Amino acid sequence: MKERWTQVGPEAEERQEQRFAAWLSGEGLPFSRDEAKEAYRERVTLLKEAIQLKKPPRRIPVCPSPGFFPIQYAGLTMYQAMYDYDKLAQAWRRYCSDFAPDAYTSPSTIVPGRMLEALDVLFYRWPGHGVGEDQEYQYVEKEYMLPGEYQNLIDDPTGFFLSTFFPRVFGSLKPFEGLPLLPGVNEIPCLPPAMAPFGRPELRSALEKLMEAGQETVTWLAAVGRINQSVMAQGFPSFSGGFTKAPFDLIGDTLRGTRGVLTDIFRRPDELKEACQRLTPLMIKAGISSCRAAGHIMPFIPLHKGADGFMSDQQFRTFYWPSLRKLIIGLVDQGLVPLLFAEGSYNRRLEVISDLPQGKVVWWFDQTDMEEAKRTVGRVACLAGNVPLALLCTGRPDQVVDHCRKLIRAAGRDGGFIFSTGAGMQGARPENVKAMIDFAKEHGGSG
Amino acid sequence: MPPDLVEAIAGMREEEAKALAQEALEAGKDPLEVLEQCREAMELVGRWFEEGKYFLPELIMAGEMLKTISKMAEPYLKQGSGPSSERIGRVVIGSVAGDIHDIGKDMVAFLLEVNGFQVHDLGVDVDPQRFVEAVKEFQPQVVGLSALLSTVLGAMKETVAALVEAGVRDRVKIMVGGSAVDEGVAKFAGADGYGKDAVAAVSLAKGWVRG
Repeated sequence: MKERWTQVGPEAEERQEQRFAAWLSGEGLPFSRDEAKEAYRERVTLLKEAIQLKKPPRRIPVCPSPGFFPIQYAGLTMYQAMYDYDKLAQAWRRYCSDFAPDAYTSPSTIVPGRMLEALDVLFYRWPGHGVGEDQEYQYVEKEYMLPGEYQNLIDDPTGFFLSTFFPRVFGSLKPFEGLPLLPGVNEIPCLPPAMAPFGRPELRSALEKLMEAGQETVTWLAAVGRINQSVMAQGFPSFSGGFTKAPFDLIGDTLRGTRGVLTDIFRRPDELKEACQRLTPLMIKAGISSCRAAGHIMPFIPLHKGADGFMSDQQFRTFYWPSLRKLIIGLVDQGLVPLLFAEGSYNRRLEVISDLPQGKVVWWFDQTDMEEAKRTVGRVACLAGNVPLALLCTGRPDQVVDHCRKLIRAAGRDGGFIFSTGAGMQGARPENVKAMIDFAKEHGGSG
Repeated sequence: MPPDLVEAIAGMREEEAKALAQEALEAGKDPLEVLEQCREAMELVGRWFEEGKYFLPELIMAGEMLKTISKMAEPYLKQGSGPSSERIGRVVIGSVAGDIHDIGKDMVAFLLEVNGFQVHDLGVDVDPQRFVEAVKEFQPQVVGLSALLSTVLGAMKETVAALVEAGVRDRVKIMVGGSAVDEGVAKFAGADGYGKDAVAAVSLAKGWVRG
């Protein structure tokens, strides 16, 4: 098979410039006044210059990850935010106008509760459905793919998701078990057996549920679209848009679970590696198409199972990094800027992950040592991070400011840095958030 | 006794370890000796984990091998003759109310057991009151509270407060840990210590039971 995504193609540079230009133009945004448009362009420019590493931006862009903080700040429960889109909109506008970060994050992760209900989602608990109304949704980790099913996944990932994984995680889609194998539908005699399941009541009702979920999502999407338009029109670009996963995490988080995937390293090493390779082109496509839908250039890629402690350096290099690197190259090739969010700490990975083209990605760290990161991966990539969430939740403003000062000193020199939090700010004290953003904006001048 | 069983387990050679244990048991070796070898292997794995040679995958694999071999040995054990290795202390552990994550907490529990503690694992989403009851019932020297979510730090604090309220706070040392936790959170919650990882948690607990 042809070896793909080993290095970026010659067109990557030009494509990235074009995408930045489109983002910067703010075309189609209903700016309230010229100053808002000016502020928007200024902020996108800060991000662009921080990312490209060609020259330091005028000052460090300040882009904390709001997480669910705006909801709690507006006095809403998580339930209200997931079920009442007007309230969600108010919360988001209020967060942006009160704190004025250099970029906001679309509330697209505050997914519509009624969609989850229609699908009868089994792999998450959400407010009012397994967790309290004031609590965030949480993932229910299980083996949704059995160890003996690797080959099925490798042979046909899409078919596996459709007729094995979906029936397990969506109660309403259980009848998808009976879906026909699609490449088997080719000549005329193949049509009747392929069509028959669609005539049966179980699959018909599953499809109705799916349409119901879709309809609710369309309503929600329109609301989120309005929120985004109105926030951007005030001069705040979005920090990211689009989403994809490292192939190892898709297997480890979603299909096999932590215990499953980490024991597969010993029990099924070859299948695990092959499955990662097999899923890579699909994860590249998912990144590209979700960016297209979001109208953004920075797909968010949360990284989980490759963190320090989860595996050895050798295991990281063997099982985690090869397919992640291909995913990155595949996205960079299209001119996109992967936003690699390394949860936990990545102190042992800094050397390996520096093997990337210059100025093409953002490495967003949670608990990694930023001084060390600046010395290593900071030479080839823009860094983002990493005010600790625990400090924002339990510390005082003066402690927060102290930390911010040290962080800017460690990671902020010569550009290539986006000031942010180590994680989504749910649970943070508002006075700490304010102190952090104000200090960073004021003291993030270059030089 | 197959002297290689310790090596096979600690070396992550699962099939070999299972075969060796099966062979030994079928040959009429003392099942307690087989289990003792498992314990030795766990100690090795724990030490290598502490030294940064082993990581989560090895810890989980070792746990799985221990479980399998213990089950294999069960029918060979005489009634009431289970392993009676001495325990150095008791720990009550759980993920606090509102948090359903268990991986980190499980690792700490596992490593504590390997290091000779008797661990009462209350599971996830544990109400403060259940911690209080467990402390009264099991009389641990140490209580471990785990949190991955930043939104349950308040619940962590409430758990400590509930132990104070019930008048049992002074009987125990409380350690906190998890991805959302740091030194500052320990102070905020009113705990006695923060463990950065499972190794740190074990050394905290050991320090406390030794007095």
